Amino acid sequence: MSIAQAGVTTEGLTGPEPAPPVRRRSKAGYLLLLPGMLWLVVFFLVPTIQLMATSLYDPNGSLETGYTMTGSISNYWTALSTFQAPFLRSLLYAGIATLLALLLAYPLAYAIAFKAGRWKNAMLVLVIAPFFTSFLVRTLAWKSILSDNGFIVSTLKDLHVLPPDGRLLATSVAVITGLTYNFVPFMVLPLYASLEKIDLRLVEASKDLYADGFTSFRKVTLPLSMPGLVAGTLLTFIPAAGDYINAELLGTPQQYMIGNVIDNLFLVQLDYPIAASCSVILMLAIVAMVLVYVRRAGTEELL
Amino acid sequence: MSDRDTDQREQHDRTEAGADLTLTSITKRFGAFTAVDDLDLVVEQGRFFALLGPSGCGKTTTLRMVAGLEEPTSGRIEIAGRDISRLKPYKRPVNTVFQSYALFPHLDISENVAFGLRRRGVRDVKRQVGEMLELVELGGYGKRRPAQLSGGQQQRVALARALINRPQVLLLDEPLGALDLKLRRQMQIELKRIQTEVGITFVHVTHDQEEAMTMADTIAVMNQGVIEQMGAPHELYDSPATTFVSNFLGQSNLVRAEVVARDGERVVVDAFGSKLVAPTGRARRTEGKVWVGVRPEKVFLARAGSETGDDSNVLGAGTVSDVSFIGVSTQYLVAMPWGQELTVFEQNSGARDGFRVGDQVDLHWSAAHTFLLDADQDAHAGDESYAAMAGASAS
Repeated sequence: MSIAQAGVTTEGLTGPEPAPPVRRRSKAGYLLLLPGMLWLVVFFLVPTIQLMATSLYDPNGSLETGYTMTGSISNYWTALSTFQAPFLRSLLYAGIATLLALLLAYPLAYAIAFKAGRWKNAMLVLVIAPFFTSFLVRTLAWKSILSDNGFIVSTLKDLHVLPPDGRLLATSVAVITGLTYNFVPFMVLPLYASLEKIDLRLVEASKDLYADGFTSFRKVTLPLSMPGLVAGTLLTFIPAAGDYINAELLGTPQQYMIGNVIDNLFLVQLDYPIAASCSVILMLAIVAMVLVYVRRAGTEELL
Repeated sequence: MSDRDTDQREQHDRTEAGADLTLTSITKRFGAFTAVDDLDLVVEQGRFFALLGPSGCGKTTTLRMVAGLEEPTSGRIEIAGRDISRLKPYKRPVNTVFQSYALFPHLDISENVAFGLRRRGVRDVKRQVGEMLELVELGGYGKRRPAQLSGGQQQRVALARALINRPQVLLLDEPLGALDLKLRRQMQIELKRIQTEVGITFVHVTHDQEEAMTMADTIAVMNQGVIEQMGAPHELYDSPATTFVSNFLGQSNLVRAEVVARDGERVVVDAFGSKLVAPTGRARRTEGKVWVGVRPEKVFLARAGSETGDDSNVLGAGTVSDVSFIGVSTQYLVAMPWGQELTVFEQNSGARDGFRVGDQVDLHWSAAHTFLLDADQDAHAGDESYAAMAGASAS
């Protein structure tokens, strides 16, 4: 289920590999692992344990009085019952954004991989180009793009898609649009890596075997691009579910996602135990969903 | 659904009936490059037909046009009288065994073989796949993935995947090219057996002349987008029509000569002072300057000045310049007074002693084995070892 396994890089996905040579266990290998392991222990393992511990603290404590470890599993119940709506909203928004990103990214990745010719590299650079400016700035830009007197809203009003008093900003449409926009590159790149490796002779072979264009796509191209599709959807869904910037800047408290709730609990209300419980719930929910998803997608052997 | 059924029945019927493959003035240009130049070809139904030629001669392009993977610039392709030139590949009654096999890596062997049947909505897929896997001796391999099979096994899966559709014409694009020599020989025999068994027209593209001669009952030798000569393997070998065929299909000695006399049955030429005779039936040119040709294994060596039979052609005053022992035979190079080196293969029958470098020898061979070619043609056309040497010295 790790993203690296799902093949973000082309190297990770080179065809049938020769049997690995029998490796001698040498100390050099462990030495090379050391920096990465240290990094993970200090910045991932310790904080995660700390987070889980915090989620079980006595909810009546505060920064002034200090917290006591009481193993209060009830924190989880409190978190779930109080913030059920933002939880579900997070999963829903992230799910819709992932789907939209997939619909936008697949044709784009396909075009870059098979139709771009000598423009291939230029197009890939364009896909990555937004990363040269900050995530915040780009999301703020959508605020003016979707603003009430902006071009898009007035056009939609003229076309009677939006009622005269309708707006996009501060709606779930705006939040989902922002999420989709921000994560499209994470969908395009793994899809491209997967599609680009497909041997076009396989497509020819399918046409020789009575598959028309669409059937050939459905039976050959799509299944062979599944590793990229799985990687892309994970790279989009996971961060999108935890995102709070888009809801913060493009939405209102009615659109707040669980990220906003955690942000608020930690930094404004200083309710650390409940904030930690929310974080742990989000983490476990995502891990569980991803596991089921990867199983269902049946791409283990392609990874 | 019912339309599809009718289609299949029609297709099946057509397979049983005569289904010649006819190419009429087929031309294919890629930009300024003409890959296939005004090609005409008829492949009779049920034949094992080989398109033989060096790489870049247009044979694969021709095959791909029949498959529908390339569109001809002009010309017509027909199968059983039906024009298929502009049909999409998936609508043509042909299937291809690709050089790279192009097996679907995400499907197991059974599903690879079943692919075509499933696309056409055929019932009874399982039984047919089982039978087909038995035919290519891969029964029990159905659940494996292509990557788990050896090259030879993958090759047979590719064959089964194409054959199961009972195409009117099966196209094979250098299918044995990736196999090692021993396996290739084995597969040649296997392919021939399967072709005889199913009776489907095979069009086999190859650059390996031995492969073409072993398997095919008709060979078309292609060069630079045109067919140089077409016929049964022994016809092409014994009576080549061009210098290209004489060199590409086996080896030939070609000596410059001029026609001096001819009657109904024979043509007499003068080659550097020797009178040589060739049957008219093997003379592609019967006047003026010619190449007089003979295969190296048809030539015998004799000590200079010794007696030879009456109907023999003799070229005298050669000097053995090189001797290579190859086990079953010995290959001699004989330097002639006019500076040319001729090749002679002698069986190591043990009946007599071999010759050594520096020996003075006469070359003689039966007039019946002599052929005459147009002297305007390049004597080295199709000679791959010569081309390789010329290329090496140029670079």
